[in-house]
Amino acid sequence: MAIQDAAVTAPEGRAGLGWRVAGALVRRREASIFVVAVLLSLYFSIRNEAFYSADNVKNITETMAPIAIVAAGLAMLLICGEIDLAVGRVYALAPAIVYVVSSEDEHGYPIWVGVIAALGCSALVGLTNGVITTVFRVPSFITTLGMLFLLNGITLHLLAGTQVFMPGGGTFHDIFGSQPGDYPLFLNSEFFWALGIVLVLQFVLTLTRWGLHTTATGGNLIGAAEAGINVRMVKIGNFVLANLLAGFAGILDSTRITTIVPLQGGPDLMFMGVAAAVIGGTSLFGGYGSVIGAFIGVAVLIILQTGFNIIGVSAFTFDLIIGIAIILSMIVNVQVARLRNLGRLQ
Amino acid sequence: MSEAAPAVNDAAPDAIRVEHLVKSFGAVNALADVSIHLGRGECLGLIGDNGAGKSTLVKILSGFHRPDRGKIFVEGAETSIRSVDHARSLGIDTVYQDLALVPTLSVAHNMFLNRELTNGFRPFAWLDNREMRKRARSYLDDIGIRTLRSVQSEVAMLSGGQRQAIAIARSVHSGARILLLDEPLAAMGAKEGEMILDLIRDLKDKGHSMIVVAHNYVHVLEVCDRVNLLQHGRITLDRLSSETSAEELTELVAREYRRQRDEKRASGDATEG
Repeated sequence: MAIQDAAVTAPEGRAGLGWRVAGALVRRREASIFVVAVLLSLYFSIRNEAFYSADNVKNITETMAPIAIVAAGLAMLLICGEIDLAVGRVYALAPAIVYVVSSEDEHGYPIWVGVIAALGCSALVGLTNGVITTVFRVPSFITTLGMLFLLNGITLHLLAGTQVFMPGGGTFHDIFGSQPGDYPLFLNSEFFWALGIVLVLQFVLTLTRWGLHTTATGGNLIGAAEAGINVRMVKIGNFVLANLLAGFAGILDSTRITTIVPLQGGPDLMFMGVAAAVIGGTSLFGGYGSVIGAFIGVAVLIILQTGFNIIGVSAFTFDLIIGIAIILSMIVNVQVARLRNLGRLQ
Repeated sequence: MSEAAPAVNDAAPDAIRVEHLVKSFGAVNALADVSIHLGRGECLGLIGDNGAGKSTLVKILSGFHRPDRGKIFVEGAETSIRSVDHARSLGIDTVYQDLALVPTLSVAHNMFLNRELTNGFRPFAWLDNREMRKRARSYLDDIGIRTLRSVQSEVAMLSGGQRQAIAIARSVHSGARILLLDEPLAAMGAKEGEMILDLIRDLKDKGHSMIVVAHNYVHVLEVCDRVNLLQHGRITLDRLSSETSAEELTELVAREYRRQRDEKRASGDATEG
């Protein structure tokens, strides 16, 4: 009680400067991780000027885009207290469905029919995960672990296990998969899609009832339900959202590179998304997080990856660093939650 | 049965009247036969040991459980409380011990949880955070909570008393006229407890009817007009606070404990002999 009183009511007994700085950094997690991203960019640029070449910036934005879209959906899902391990498989499934519906070699329907069918199936996967998790009460970790294998099987069947060409082309390719050089625009269109999605979702998270209810559901499930929030609906909705976005990211990526590989994405993409969200300040226990933070988390990971490439550090080191970054972020998250409950952080 | 059975056919209807309520969970008889009444603007203290049936009674009145038998009258009209939402629409709201606050959300957002104020048109409406902050501040001022520096603070950073006050303020401003407070003083320091007691007195002055569930007899006698003692699913005492004392209540509970203990011993001796 003494600690709580001191922290909340008595100014002279307030937490010291150190605690306040720590508190500010932690509360504005996006800001601190942004500083890390800038410092890393500076470091790599000084080490090798190729880092800030047009080619490398193109490379970074290209690599970032799909992960950022997947991470945005995962952040929302993590905030409401669930996880989806299968989003990386939806990323492969969606373009495979576009292929089956719209390719000249298959059914040959217009491309938009294929895209709508693919997004519909992605949403359906999310709905299934959500219903199994909330209605049948299977932990989402298990539900989506099963889905991870199931979807891979479906994708392999659809594509007969081989790499195929992505249908579309023309205007469709310009809107969803243009590359730098196609147009005066320096960046590829996929990156702008990612940026737009991240900004919209951050708005949804912080400024709409849906976002508030997502946070409330993850922050105190029973309390949110007692307040009359339909927590089941909130969870199912975020499952649908995360899968819709993963499917969309897959369609964008396959359009840009013009091919579909049945094993593209997968658990690697999903884990990068989760890692980025966690590094960006989203709690794995739900109730707290940021979509923009996840985006900056993706930036940090990809800057590290390409930076190491350019200065000639091996890919092994990259995995090592990511591992350390995730563990450190989790320690910070857990300890911050503990200190918060003690009323130490202002 | 109950020492003081409630008088039937009062002129002004009670806020709540419960007659011969029975509720069992499997083999457990949570409520054997409970009749209580809560006058308008009255504060009723509900005391009793763990497992006496206090929570069950509160949960029935707040719409969480349905009774097996018995009648419930709200403001004179017989009602079967179907759900939590139904209870709320009748003006009954419960402040649970866990308070149903979201620790990672701000005070203002917690006070408007699921009743958010928005701008624009659904489904594209956005939150009117400024208005919610303004009103949250004035609600807290209304009930005399001034120790809170900012309604933007996360609830996780607040003390137990402040959280309790916020949960109560939320109920009051959602339009509840009948408040059920479940252990409002649990795990609270002396100063904070005093703050909550003041808050309860204040609400009573403003005409709210309240049932306060508590362990601490001193606190109950301090704020409640009347006390009901619940033992083994029955009301065993119904008395005005001014006509009883913490000593008497303690003695009643202790006597019951000794009676049970002796019974158990006696039956133990019987089987051994």
